[in-house]
Amino acid sequence: MLGLGADRLRADMNRLLALLFHQGVLDEQFLQLQQLQDESSPNFVSEVVNIYFHESEKLLRNLRGLLMDRECSDYKKIGTHLNQFMGSSSSIGAKRIRNVCVAFRAASEQNNRAGCLRALELLEHEYCYLKNKMHELFQLEQQRLLAAGVRYPMQN
Amino acid sequence: MATNGVASMHWRSEKIGGFDLSPSVDEQVHVLAVDDSLVDRKVIEHLLKISCCKVTAVDSGIRALQFLGLDEGKGSSVGLDDLKVDLIITDYCMPGMTGYELLKKIKESSTFREIPVVIMSSENVMARIDRCLEEGAQDFIVKPVKLSDVKRLRDYMSAGEFRMKSQQIGNNNSNSNKRKLRESCDLSSSPPSISFSSSPTSPSPSPSPSSLSSPSSPLPGLPPSPPSPPILSYSAPCSPTSLDSPTRRLKMSISE
Repeated sequence: MLGLGADRLRADMNRLLALLFHQGVLDEQFLQLQQLQDESSPNFVSEVVNIYFHESEKLLRNLRGLLMDRECSDYKKIGTHLNQFMGSSSSIGAKRIRNVCVAFRAASEQNNRAGCLRALELLEHEYCYLKNKMHELFQLEQQRLLAAGVRYPMQN
Repeated sequence: MATNGVASMHWRSEKIGGFDLSPSVDEQVHVLAVDDSLVDRKVIEHLLKISCCKVTAVDSGIRALQFLGLDEGKGSSVGLDDLKVDLIITDYCMPGMTGYELLKKIKESSTFREIPVVIMSSENVMARIDRCLEEGAQDFIVKPVKLSDVKRLRDYMSAGEFRMKSQQIGNNNSNSNKRKLRESCDLSSSPPSISFSSSPTSPSPSPSPSSLSSPSSPLPGLPPSPPSPPILSYSAPCSPTSLDSPTRRLKMSISE
């Protein structure tokens, strides 16, 4: 009876992940990260993802700052930031974000400010979505651990 | 729907992807990893540690040279044996000194030129790959780096000899790719994973990475996707021929 909570939470996590994969938000690189998580590094995925969030927010702020400068947007710098964003996104399996970065970069190479602005908005939207889903996932994981712990209090 | 492979976030089998992870060398292999991205550094560090390597991760080419004692104004550092580096793996695109420039500096050094250098890049650009290989890079990995890539690196370090020719690596074990083919070959070697509603090689119907998958519509005003070199992980189907030297095969099939 007690174990039901943990199993149901696991099912919820699986459902959420399946959705994210189906939507193309995540790709198999995320699975690779999960495979690297073990007893010696039980928080590996959330650690890496949190670093990614921290870096991404900086990059998004920089991108917005660069584009808000109507005088002359530094497209070269925008490109550099985008390369970074693309790289880290692909490293954690954030496929849709990476794809937006690619389109964004194409616009910046054309010095297309309007296109860049649209891309930035889309990027911020995608980023928010991913961040929310990841938080949901990690919360489910935390709850599942707690539920599993209750079931096996003296597990050794 | 998801299956067991995703459910257990705390499960790691003794064999991941069918590879035996017990070190085949007595001494731990020491890898110097160079990447300006903290996310990537974390991932590569972990990949290497899980493959039983000792890792030193630095964030720039300059720091890598400092670590090796090769920076300006210093001769070869004393006590070099303690630092013995067995492999250097570096990102290509870095501010300041690129991975290519770092590669050149290492190959120019009489002390360190024998150390195999592997380049990583998120861009799958033929010219770039060729340039690095010509400069003496041992291998070129297209990011994101996976466990199978690291396993391959370990293989040719454990062998004791540093093969400098790509053809030889191509004739090696079945998973050796200079271009990482991310498709059913890799997925089949991983534990039961989520089965996607569409083919596992490409959930998005679009082969070009510069177009967006649903629900977002392509941005108006943006130019159509430029004819960039195909990125294998998106466009190449996994065929029987994909397991021999991909570099050679690509050179024949792609006209630059």
